[in-house]
This record gives sequence, C-alpha cells and structure tokens, in this order.
Amino acid sequence: MNLTMTPEDTKTVPGGNAEKPRATAPRPESKPAPAASAARAISALSVKNLSVFFGKHQVLKNVSLNIEARAVTAIIGPSGCGKSTFLRSLNRMHELVPIARVEGDIRLFDQDIYSKDVEPVIVRRRVGMVFQKSNPFPTMSIGENVTVGLRLNGIRNRSVLAEQTEKSLRMAALWDEVKDRLNAPAVSLSGGQQQRLCIARALAVQPEVLLMDEPASALDPLATSKIEDLIRELRKDYTIVIVTHNMQQAARASDHTAFFYLGELVEFGPTSQIFTSPREKRTEDYVTGRFG
Amino acid sequence: MNTDVAPTSVSPAPASAGAQSGSRWADRGFRLLCLGAALAVGVLLALVVWQLLKGSRLSLHQSGWKFFAGKIWNPVTDEFGALPFIFGTIISSLIALLIAVPLGVGTAIYLTDLAPMRLRQPLTSLIEMLAAVPSVVWGLWGLFVLMPMLRAHAYPVLQKCFGFLPLFQGPIYGIGLLTAGVILAIMILPIITSVSREVLRSVPNLQREAAYALGATRWEVTRIAVLSYARRGLFGAAVLGLGRAIGETMAVTMVIGNTPFVGASLFHPASTLASGIANEFTEATGDVYLSALFELGLVLLGLTILVNILAQIMVRTFTTAETRRVA
Amino acid sequence: MTVSSTNHIFRKATSLALNGLCVVCAVLVILPLGLILFYLIQKGASSLNWAFFTGVPKPAGMAGGGMGNAIVGTLELLGLASCVGIPVGVLGGVYLSEYGGERLNGWIRFWADVLNGVPSIVWGMVAYALVVLPMKGFSAWAGGLALGFIMIPLVLRTTEEVLVLVPRSYREAALALGLPQWKTIVRIVLPTALRGIITGVLLAMGRVAGETAPLLFTAFGNSNWNRHLAEPIAALPLQIFSYAIAPYDDWNRQAWAGALVLVAMTFCLSLGVRLFSRGRFEKNT
Repeated sequence: MNLTMTPEDTKTVPGGNAEKPRATAPRPESKPAPAASAARAISALSVKNLSVFFGKHQVLKNVSLNIEARAVTAIIGPSGCGKSTFLRSLNRMHELVPIARVEGDIRLFDQDIYSKDVEPVIVRRRVGMVFQKSNPFPTMSIGENVTVGLRLNGIRNRSVLAEQTEKSLRMAALWDEVKDRLNAPAVSLSGGQQQRLCIARALAVQPEVLLMDEPASALDPLATSKIEDLIRELRKDYTIVIVTHNMQQAARASDHTAFFYLGELVEFGPTSQIFTSPREKRTEDYVTGRFG
Repeated sequence: MNTDVAPTSVSPAPASAGAQSGSRWADRGFRLLCLGAALAVGVLLALVVWQLLKGSRLSLHQSGWKFFAGKIWNPVTDEFGALPFIFGTIISSLIALLIAVPLGVGTAIYLTDLAPMRLRQPLTSLIEMLAAVPSVVWGLWGLFVLMPMLRAHAYPVLQKCFGFLPLFQGPIYGIGLLTAGVILAIMILPIITSVSREVLRSVPNLQREAAYALGATRWEVTRIAVLSYARRGLFGAAVLGLGRAIGETMAVTMVIGNTPFVGASLFHPASTLASGIANEFTEATGDVYLSALFELGLVLLGLTILVNILAQIMVRTFTTAETRRVA
Repeated sequence: MTVSSTNHIFRKATSLALNGLCVVCAVLVILPLGLILFYLIQKGASSLNWAFFTGVPKPAGMAGGGMGNAIVGTLELLGLASCVGIPVGVLGGVYLSEYGGERLNGWIRFWADVLNGVPSIVWGMVAYALVVLPMKGFSAWAGGLALGFIMIPLVLRTTEEVLVLVPRSYREAALALGLPQWKTIVRIVLPTALRGIITGVLLAMGRVAGETAPLLFTAFGNSNWNRHLAEPIAALPLQIFSYAIAPYDDWNRQAWAGALVLVAMTFCLSLGVRLFSRGRFEKNT
C-alpha cells in the first residue's frame, strides 16, 4: 500500500494522507461521534461516561464514544494517558486487578457488558484480545494454540477443529508458512509469526470485536507491515480497536481515531480529520509531534 | 589512607608501597581461609561417602550383591538382606507423595491465584511454621493421637470399602506402612507447597492474560496457562519432597513398627532404611551387624543423593529458564 | 458463536468446584499445625512445673523428675555445633559471594544444596565413626560434631544469599579508599549483612535443635547432668523420644511436656528471627 505525503500538508502531519485506500470498497459513511449523537453506522461498542478507578486513583475520566462495526478504530495518546486501560475495559480484562473499579456504561451491540447477569467469561469470548508481547502457550503446538479457545467451548469434532484451524490461520496470513508443521511447538516460530499465531488464536473463537494492544510494537518493520496488512484485511469482517503509540500506523491502518490525554478523551473522529485538521489544540500538538 | 585511587573494578587497588604488601599477605591468607571453608562442602561429601564405605566394608565383603535383594534381616543368624528396608522406604515415601503432592499443589494454586491478598502472607508463614516442627514431635503426636484415630475410624472403613485390594487386607495394628505414609505426607507438605508456590509465581502473567482473553474460566486459566507451563518445576517440587521423605527418621521410627517386612498389606508394620538404623544401631552386637547397618546407611545416602540431584536439576532448570525468558 | 449454554454451565461449575478444592487443600494443610499445637498444650502443659525444668529423670516407674539436664544438654550441643557450623559456614559463604569463579561457585552451591538433603542420621553415623569409635564412648563432642555437619551447608547458603544483597557500591567505595579486600569484607560487607547472617545462623540452630536421629548414637543421652564434654549428654529431642516409646504413663506425659518446651523454643526462635529480619529491612529502606 503506497502512502504519499501530499505536499499541501503544510502542517507536516506525520503520514497523514487525504487519499485513503478504502476508496476501493464501499463503506457506510460515518460521522465523527464524540458524544451519543445519531450515527448512521452501526456501533459495535458504545461507551457512555466510562470512568475507571484503580483504588483511589482515577485513570479514565468520563469517556464516551462509539466504535463503528467493521471498521478499525485507533486509540492514540502519550504514555500513561489511559489507552490500555480503556482497551481493557472493553473486554473486562481490567477486572484481573482487584482494586479496579468501573463506572459508566459499555454496550456490545446494545447489550450491557457490565450488567450483573453477564459474566466476564462470555464477554471475553465475544471480544477477543491480542497483546503487545506475543504469548502463545509454550506447552502447546501451533495447531493446539489455534484451537484452544474452541476446545474450551466444548468443540471436539476433529474435522471442525481442522477446518477452523485452517480458516483462522489463513485469516492471520500465517497458513502458508505453517501448514506443514502444525504440530511443531508454538515457540519455534519467529516473533512476528508468533504474533500472527496469537491473532489466529483470537480469531478462531469468532469474536465480534478484536482488541489489539500495540500488536506490532515488539516487532521489526517487516513483521509490522505484515500485521498492518492483516488488519486491513480483517476489517472486512471484524470490528477492530487498536491501541498504538505509532502515529503513522494509526494513520495508515485505521478509519477512526480517538486521542486520549491524561485519562480523558480529547477528540474522536475520522482518521483523516484527526491528522489533517484536528479540532482541539491538544490533538494538533500531539499529532504534529510537539509532545508525547 | 590512599584517596587517589580510582575505582575501576572490585579488585584490590594496586600496591603502592611496602605497607601494601603486608595487606597482600593478609588478603591472600583470608582468601585461602574462605576457600578452605567453601571447599568444606566437598570435604563433607567425600567424608560421608568414605566413612560409610569404610564402615560397610565388612558387610559388603560378606553379603555382596545379595544384600540388596535379600529379604531376610536376621541379626541372630547373621543374615542381612536390605530389601525389607528398601521396600518400606519406597512404599511409605510413595504414599506420602500421593497424599502430599495434590494437597501441596492445590494449596500453592490457592496461594498464588485464588486467595485474597491479605491472607497470602499469613498463610505462607503458617505453612513455614509447620516446617519448623521437629520430627520427634510429629512422631509423638503421630503415635498418641493420629495412630489411634486412624486405627479406630479410618482404617476399618478403608478395609470395608476397599478390602478387595490386597493393599487393604490383613490385620489392622495401627502402626505400620500407611500411618508412616500419612505422617510423612504431613511432614513434606511444607516443602512441596512452598516450592510449588515459587514455581507457580514465576509463570509470567502474560500467559494467564492470554487464557483469560480467550474467555477461559478461572480454573481453565490455571489449567492451561499455569499448570502446564509449570509442569517441570512442579515435578521438581515433588521430587524434592520425595528426597525429604526418604531421609525422615524419627517420626517414621515411632509409627512404623520396626519390623522387616515385604508384602502387600499397607496396614502391616514395616521398616525403612532410616528407621532400621535408628532402631538397631545402639544394639548392634558384632562387627558384621554394625557393618550391615552402615551398609543400610550407604544405600540410604545413595538413594537420597540421587533423588536430590534430580530434584535440584529440575527445579534449577525451570527457574533459570523462566528468568531468561522474562528478561 | 457456537457456545452451548450447557457447556458453559458445566465449565462454570467445574471452575467453582476445582477452585473450592484448592481452598480445601489449603485448609487441610494448615490443619495439622492447629492440631499439633492443641494437643501439645492439652497434654503437655499440665506437666510443666519447676521440677520439670530443673530436675533430672527419676528411675523408671517412679513419678516426678524432670528434663532440666536435657534442656541444658541441648543448649550445650547447640554451642558445640555452632563452633563448627558458624565459622565454616560463614567463611564459606563469604568465599562464594566475594571470591571464586562462576564454575567453581556453581558446583559448590549445587553440592551444598544436595548436602542439605542428606538424612541427619547419616551424619550421626559419620560422627560415630570419627569420634565415638576412637574415644570408645558416647560424648557431647560427637553429638556436637554431628550437628555441626548439618549446620555447615545451611549457614553457607544463607550467608551467601545475604552477602550478595549488599550493594556493590559499598565494596567499591571501600576499595577506592585504599582498604585491602579482606578488610573491606570484614569491616564493611560483613557488618552490613550482619543481621541477615545472624538470621541464617539462628534458623540453622533452630533446625538443628530439633534433631534427634544424629544424637541417637553420638550424644546418646544421659539420665543425669553432663559433667564434662567427653561424657554422654542428654538432649531434649532424645529425651522426648525415649520417654515417648517407653511403657510408663508418667514418662509419656513428660514426653508431651518436653515436646511443648521444644516446640516453644523453636517457635520463639523463628518468631525472633522474623522480627529481627524485619528490622533489617526497615533499616535499609
């Protein structure tokens, strides 16, 4: 995918590009929705007044936004701004920390994921996650890693598992590289391959949303670009939310971008707008590299 | 006092005058002293092997290989077969492992993943206190409290339910292999629990998170991300417990009955290598008898060293692999 | 989205059941501690009186008497063991931490850990061969030596672990001032780590105070006060053992009392150690 720096960008936006490759596929137009204003697109996740506390310390302050279905939303901001916390609140992973507390409302396709009769286990199956550092299970083979989520859910049929393995590995652009050695230990793969394996593992349980926490930050540029290609492909079928500190990556790979600063959502809108004509000064300062 | 020497390494500053050479001798002397002390480890090892070999020479000469397979231990007729003692040691230790490993690993899981934060340190301290109770006190309690309880309540039930197995047949004396196994289990629980806890704690959190993110339940996370990851280290913990059980003397002596026995019934009194030595050493008349006891000690030493080497290797390779991976 | 609800209920139930099992395990592991403390106090406390702590055993069958000689004997044996165990253990730990190459030190550590697993009765046999046989009799020397053998690898490892924690910069500062290495170690490093070393020594002593097996045929036991170290000497664990297996009720009763005293001693020791070492951490932070 070619990225051209349009010479008219006098603001020297890093990697900002008015021509977006998604012109090839028809997309539902979406207006930027920082608040709960009517959006014609479907919201996969709608977040209203989300505040997250770790003990007495408030990490996220009153965040509201809508994550569009079948689109890539990037979360950017300097370290410590709460991006990872925000991501983890979308699949209730922050609950692994005993002192974490959440206020506000998050709905997955109109279902409240924090309601009393919804269990975190179910939420996490519907909202998958890929981590910054790849973490395949070392005692399992490549194939076993991919199917572990399915087997946990009681699917034992060999042919179904084999079919899902191939499908997930193809979606993760890893099938051709590992199809002959599905029984090899997962740790025998390179770093980039392991990360794609983790993506395949997450995809195998057919989540509705895929969360990615800086998925390429531990990888070399070649592996990184493969991951970004992958994200673009996955966008056709999945809703993706990706946290990244790499602004070029956000600009290249996402449709919408949310800029967080010190626990607040400063601005949320289409990626092109955030990077070329942001409304808030803080956003502009960040994307032009004046801080962070 | 020299103040113009730049610190470049942790080795002594270069000598500048005759005043330094006196220090150099002191340095050398002190270093040699410490080296000698450190080498005491090697000296002790050699000493114990040598003394046991020396002491058992007579018996080795007399019985040869038959010693290890011989079923009869009769000092009166000068027949010394070690098999009953080896048998008792192995069986009682196995019983102890069967009880202590699941309990210890389960407790370790509780302490690392399930227990509320405030409880973790106090519980760990309590388990350490368990390890501080001397063997003879366990034996006392085992003899006067545990054994009568087992004999009156547990064993008859076992015999009724599982009496079809030869393991649970035969007269119930109270003292015997099974009671010794239970007391040993209690005594090796602290070490199995604490080593297992260390092993489970060194499993990277990222592994647990990967399992949670797939929608696994708490137990599934433990099973997939923690236990299978820590397999080798946990096995090492079990082997460490085995090593401790093999060498336990006093508590076993007090509840096992000290009768050379090879057979199927777990209720039968028996003897272990350590308990046999403890029981008969001061009454050994004659050089051959004493030498046979030394040979029992040699077998005990060999068994313990082998098991402990295995355990050390397993636990060390697991924990160093972990620190390397995390780094 | 193929999650069947029955599978989910099963998974949830399994998780609850097995996690509950782990709680049960923890309870079962702590239970013996409570039981033993309970019985020790119930059966032993009533026999504790002044005569118990100051008297010596009466002949078999006669009521009364005490374990005074055994308690003192244990202390004497600990003293003897420490004469062997502390110098060798501490200096050996110093070598591992301050000198030595990676390979040699690795081996020494490995074999020290293996030695820590050698059954204590074996050390009794070694002391028997080295001391009792030539002296043609049981003695406090033999008992002390056997216990000292056990202490050496213990103290060596704990000392090394503590010395390694002393920051490198202390040593470098001392050397930069022109102190020779041995003085650096003795005047700077050891005093900094002193609390930790003492903790390790006390722990080893606590462990060794409860040992019975190595004393069975070295110290052997004595029904009276020990007059000189070349004589057999009583020790608390030994006395508990012989009283426990004896057929006299009164002796059994005293065995419980002796066990209570022994456990109290070791618990106080580990409590003291814990408080002591906590003080160390407060000082350093």
